Amino acid sequence: MNWSNLFVLTVSAAIGPEAVRYILGAQGLNIHYGYTGLFNFGQAGFMAVGAYGVAIVSASEQAGGLGYSVWLGVLAGLVAAVLLALLMGVPTLRLRGDYLAIVTIAASEIIRLVIRSERFDWLTGGNSGINGFANSFFDANPFDNSHRYEFGPFEYLGKDLWVMLIGWLVIAFFGLLTFLLMRSPWGRVLRSIRENEDAVRSLGKNVQAYKMQALVLGGVMGAVGGAIYALYQNLALPDDFVTRTTFIAYAALILGGAARVGGPIIGGVIWYGIFAFMTNLVTEVSGTYWFKSASWLPSIVKDNAGQFPFVFLGVALMLLVVFRPQGIFGDRREVELDAR
Amino acid sequence: MPADTMETSSGPAALAGVPDTVGVAKPDPIVVADKVVRRFGGVTAVNVDHVEFQRGTITALIGPNGAGKTTFFNLLTCFDQPQEGTWTFNGTPLNGVAPHKVAKMGMVRTFQLTKVLTKLTVIENMRLGATGQKGESFLGSLLKQVWSDQERSITERADELLARFKMDHMREQYAGQLSGGQRKLLEMARALMTEPELIMLDEPMAGVNPALKQSLLEHVKSLRDEGRSVIFVEHDMDMVFDISDWVVVMAEGRLIAEGTPDQVGSNPAVIDAYLGSHHDRDLNPDVGGGPEGGAS
Ligand SMILES: Nc1ncnc2c1ncn2[C@@H]1O[C@H](COP(=O)(O)OP(=O)(O)O)[C@@H](O)[C@H]1O
Ligand SMILES: [Mg+2]
Repeated sequence: MNWSNLFVLTVSAAIGPEAVRYILGAQGLNIHYGYTGLFNFGQAGFMAVGAYGVAIVSASEQAGGLGYSVWLGVLAGLVAAVLLALLMGVPTLRLRGDYLAIVTIAASEIIRLVIRSERFDWLTGGNSGINGFANSFFDANPFDNSHRYEFGPFEYLGKDLWVMLIGWLVIAFFGLLTFLLMRSPWGRVLRSIRENEDAVRSLGKNVQAYKMQALVLGGVMGAVGGAIYALYQNLALPDDFVTRTTFIAYAALILGGAARVGGPIIGGVIWYGIFAFMTNLVTEVSGTYWFKSASWLPSIVKDNAGQFPFVFLGVALMLLVVFRPQGIFGDRREVELDAR
Repeated sequence: MPADTMETSSGPAALAGVPDTVGVAKPDPIVVADKVVRRFGGVTAVNVDHVEFQRGTITALIGPNGAGKTTFFNLLTCFDQPQEGTWTFNGTPLNGVAPHKVAKMGMVRTFQLTKVLTKLTVIENMRLGATGQKGESFLGSLLKQVWSDQERSITERADELLARFKMDHMREQYAGQLSGGQRKLLEMARALMTEPELIMLDEPMAGVNPALKQSLLEHVKSLRDEGRSVIFVEHDMDMVFDISDWVVVMAEGRLIAEGTPDQVGSNPAVIDAYLGSHHDRDLNPDVGGGPEGGAS
């Protein structure tokens, strides 16, 4: 087994474009769930809207798009995310929390099913999605797109470096924004809403308006994640936005620690690192003669070795929630003071 | 604001000569309710025909458990909606108004079941109460320079109040670490951070350390002296008799009596209502008891 190769693959994945997408999604969920206590189970929907915003607006007219620049496309994705937040928030934010959960998870699935349906083939490319819209994004790359850059044992294509540079700059920006917002009285209102809306109302604050601002802000973060991922792949694909996408982002957030600026970032890196490590490990092990000939292993294990990373992460998450509910970064006191 | 209303006499003097009949008109009412009915399924929790609360006075709202006092508070402050009725604050009808707007108008309430923010420190709870904060807008919050001065003066005011409530030593504790009585105090102090014109306290003394009660009573009186109006629900009859200028009695959702503490204390209907359900005049505070109506 090649351990140094495994290490390189793990680290590359932990900070790679895929991790960037989940980190951005988790940063948004941190605003929603971590600070405000909103149960948005449709972050994948916001990510889809960001991805298809940039895809539709910047794909060439021959490809069924509008043929504008990618930057305008990203902007369109953000506007669409704001509209989606308003659409979901207006009817549900006045109700108790579970309504938002139901509406968001349903909305994200509706969005996915609509964009992959044949009826909207002309606009969204159906289940094969839209591709080839990101050329002007890569034209702006200061690195050579097809050159391999080496950093010690790590090697990156110029095109991937560009995506990672932009991605991490955006993560840093949203991290700073979150920090500034949450140390302020605005953040204090949000954290108070998370705990007791009526207390906040009784002090004359417009709870609905704050919840809406939080929903929009976190949704926009998710949409940026979707847009960057679509640009990276040069492809917007409906099934990148299944509900599992939302739950992986949640897992990253909880792992790192909700209501902490660094929580979703560290959580996303660790989650994706472990996932890549397990996947590569399983691939290596299951390819060995030893594994193939191990007659004592039940066939269900042998046939489904590829699922093992998910099983492992699922169990790890359960243990985490039981034994360290505040995540890696969270403040234990904040969790423990919960009820009396 | 409150100070301007000082020209009318406040306290007992303002109510001199007002007869002790249910629904009687007051010289300068701050809150008026008309035919307010709230039913929960088959139970009529509140059925108030007419009541007026005098500005600049301390009014006690008393009655046996389940009389509908908390529900009536919820209705007046728009935390719950009645099936029928109208009510006004400073002459402004409040039907269908959002609760935060009612609070903004200057009518601020506390809850029988306290709603302190357990994961915020005591001082942060207090700061949250301040109104008109520049740092509470999305854009304003981003630049600390915009709100840091205001935050400092808010903190000063919060510290003064905490000192008056003898809670200054708990400043940095999470509110979740406080006892039930301390939470009551914190909630009241936090409500005062809004500088309300009318403050409505739902059982402010329940669970509060007896040693603190006297200073709390003085504090409530000083609110009146500042020109604010106070309506409070209380089971502690000593408090009711000690500080209230006027007493309104509810039983089974209706008003059954009102008047000065002495008038009400000798009213047979009141004694009846209490004896009927309690057989004991000095009622036990039902800490954490009774449901909280729509505000739970
Ligand atoms: N949310 C609710 N649902 C059903 N019944 C309620 C609700 N809130 C209050 N009630 C009922 O209304 C009546 C008055 O309750 P409440 O206002 O809490 O009384 P008080 O504060 O005077 O003790 C009680 O009979 C209570 O059971
Ligand atoms: Mg009550």
